[in-house]
Amino acid sequence: MSGALVFVQVLNGLQFGVLLFLIAAGLTLVFGVMNFINLAHGVQYMLGAYLAVTFYLMTASFLLAMVLALLAALAFGLLLELAVFRKLYDRDHLDHVIVTFGVIIFLDHGVKLVWGSAPLSLPIPDLLSGSVRLPGGILYPIWRLVIVAAGLATAILLYVLIAHTRVGMLIRAGATHAAMVSALGVNIRRLFTIIFGLGAMLAGFAGILIAPILSVEPGMGDTVLILAFVIVVLGGIGSIRGAFVAALVIGLVDTLGRSFSVDILRLVMGPSPARTIGPALASMLIYLLMAVVLYFRPTGLFPVKGR
Amino acid sequence: MQMSLKRLRPHDSVPILIFLILAAIPVLALIRSEDYLLSLFERLMIFAIAALSLDLLIGYGGLISFGHAAFVGLGAYAVGILSAHGMHDAIIALPVALLSSALFAYVTGVVCLRTKGVYFIMITLAFGQMVFFTASSLAPYGGDDGLTIAARNTLGGFAFFRSEGSLYYLIWGCLLGAYCFCRMLVGSRFGRVFRGAKENALRMETIGFNVYRFQLAAYVIAGMMAGLSGFLLANATEFVSPAYMSWQRSGDLIIMVILGGLGSLHGAIIGAGAYLLLEEWLSAFTEDWKVIFGPFLVLVVLFARGGLLGMGKDLVRRLSRG
Repeated sequence: MSGALVFVQVLNGLQFGVLLFLIAAGLTLVFGVMNFINLAHGVQYMLGAYLAVTFYLMTASFLLAMVLALLAALAFGLLLELAVFRKLYDRDHLDHVIVTFGVIIFLDHGVKLVWGSAPLSLPIPDLLSGSVRLPGGILYPIWRLVIVAAGLATAILLYVLIAHTRVGMLIRAGATHAAMVSALGVNIRRLFTIIFGLGAMLAGFAGILIAPILSVEPGMGDTVLILAFVIVVLGGIGSIRGAFVAALVIGLVDTLGRSFSVDILRLVMGPSPARTIGPALASMLIYLLMAVVLYFRPTGLFPVKGR
Repeated sequence: MQMSLKRLRPHDSVPILIFLILAAIPVLALIRSEDYLLSLFERLMIFAIAALSLDLLIGYGGLISFGHAAFVGLGAYAVGILSAHGMHDAIIALPVALLSSALFAYVTGVVCLRTKGVYFIMITLAFGQMVFFTASSLAPYGGDDGLTIAARNTLGGFAFFRSEGSLYYLIWGCLLGAYCFCRMLVGSRFGRVFRGAKENALRMETIGFNVYRFQLAAYVIAGMMAGLSGFLLANATEFVSPAYMSWQRSGDLIIMVILGGLGSLHGAIIGAGAYLLLEEWLSAFTEDWKVIFGPFLVLVVLFARGGLLGMGKDLVRRLSRG
């Protein structure tokens, strides 16, 4: 457990956290403003990755593929919202769960039919492939740093959008007093569609960013979906700031826990039980964290006022 | 006998019919010599027990638990782990299965039930995932791949579970017991407070009931029933795996309850049956049955509110009106 190794794992954790933030940001807004449980949000992440692969094969340019995939992810999100989800906003949560679960079943299998069940991959653009030498002499892949930078830039952009623009003001107002916003003559339906499209695009963006380092396969959205939910609940539903903090915490805790749980446990027990308990404990860690936080703060770390 | 028959109300006819049909399946399987019918309906009844317990929470308590498969998994793993250590008797395995799921329900319930609405859904989901990942990382017990059980449980030394027919009727008996127990519970004073809390928790608090404790008790009871179904599942399939408690499985259970119709208990049995038979039928049709099943769910929610039971009632009402 050297200092350099810890540093690398902290970077990895940061990269994971930023990625989770991109997914959780849309989820928390859809939750907070529409009070809609969208299990199908993870599917948007998966689709982003698949679309990027397809467009890359067609255009042979990463940048072009990314732009096209983002637009396609946006279009698909809007299509889902307009065709199905829009009809469900005034239903209860149970109906949301079933419908979006049905959408997951359909799309998880649908991508198998379209792209086959073998994992695909997206090459890293030449300019950004390879590694840099970090202080301390360790090599670190540039692409992971790009993910961190892109994620942080998106977070800043989102902050500006939410805190300093008219649409952002409406989104914030919608998260706390949706009925009032509607009564003041704002077209709340259109606002919902905008938020949903934004969330779908962010999740798609996360999928595109991760595609070069993770294999693109059916069901890849399901695991991150659950983590994104943990983040949304931890941060407080509807709170972008909460989602950002919680995403970084979850990313770091999960990554560091997986890397060092065995080493830490070996300080207090023999190597063999540590090797057995370590991984189990590491995978439970974030859920335990969530349980502890929710026990003391049942509405999350940064509850949105007025809810 | 005469008396007890008279006390039956007309709407009891549906559950009685269900249990009679289920009881007749082995005879049908024998006549048509189709053994797979037995294992299919064993699975159906096992999931019906789990769905029944979930209906108790969702349909009567308004507590949407999205981690219910965890309890099934705990019950199943109790059988698997004990059997890996050479303990094959149900006299040990059943209490361990029930107690471990009850304990897990209690510990998580204490945290979950402090939250409401979306938070409750998400936190139960998270706890479910926690158990799932823990089971996946249990390398000594198969990890991701699961654990094959060497032999089914014995009952006090007798190999009672090992004949398919007696296992079938044992599961049938468990389902009947679980159903009658839930019926009784729902009608009792306890059940009325629990249902009252779904309608209006604040009102129940004001009347002087500690809603939290009632909900916690119901949560533990439902968890134990799901643990029972896990115990039976491990015995029926002679295999346990983390897949038993994936969040998709929890979703399946919710779908079963919705499909049958919430808050009627026998609706949960019908839902479990409809779900598994539909899966069986569609997958015989095409390998890509999920592409059909997903949109089907969407359509059910959009157009058939009240589930299959609701649709049935609608149909009967329309027919009787002429």
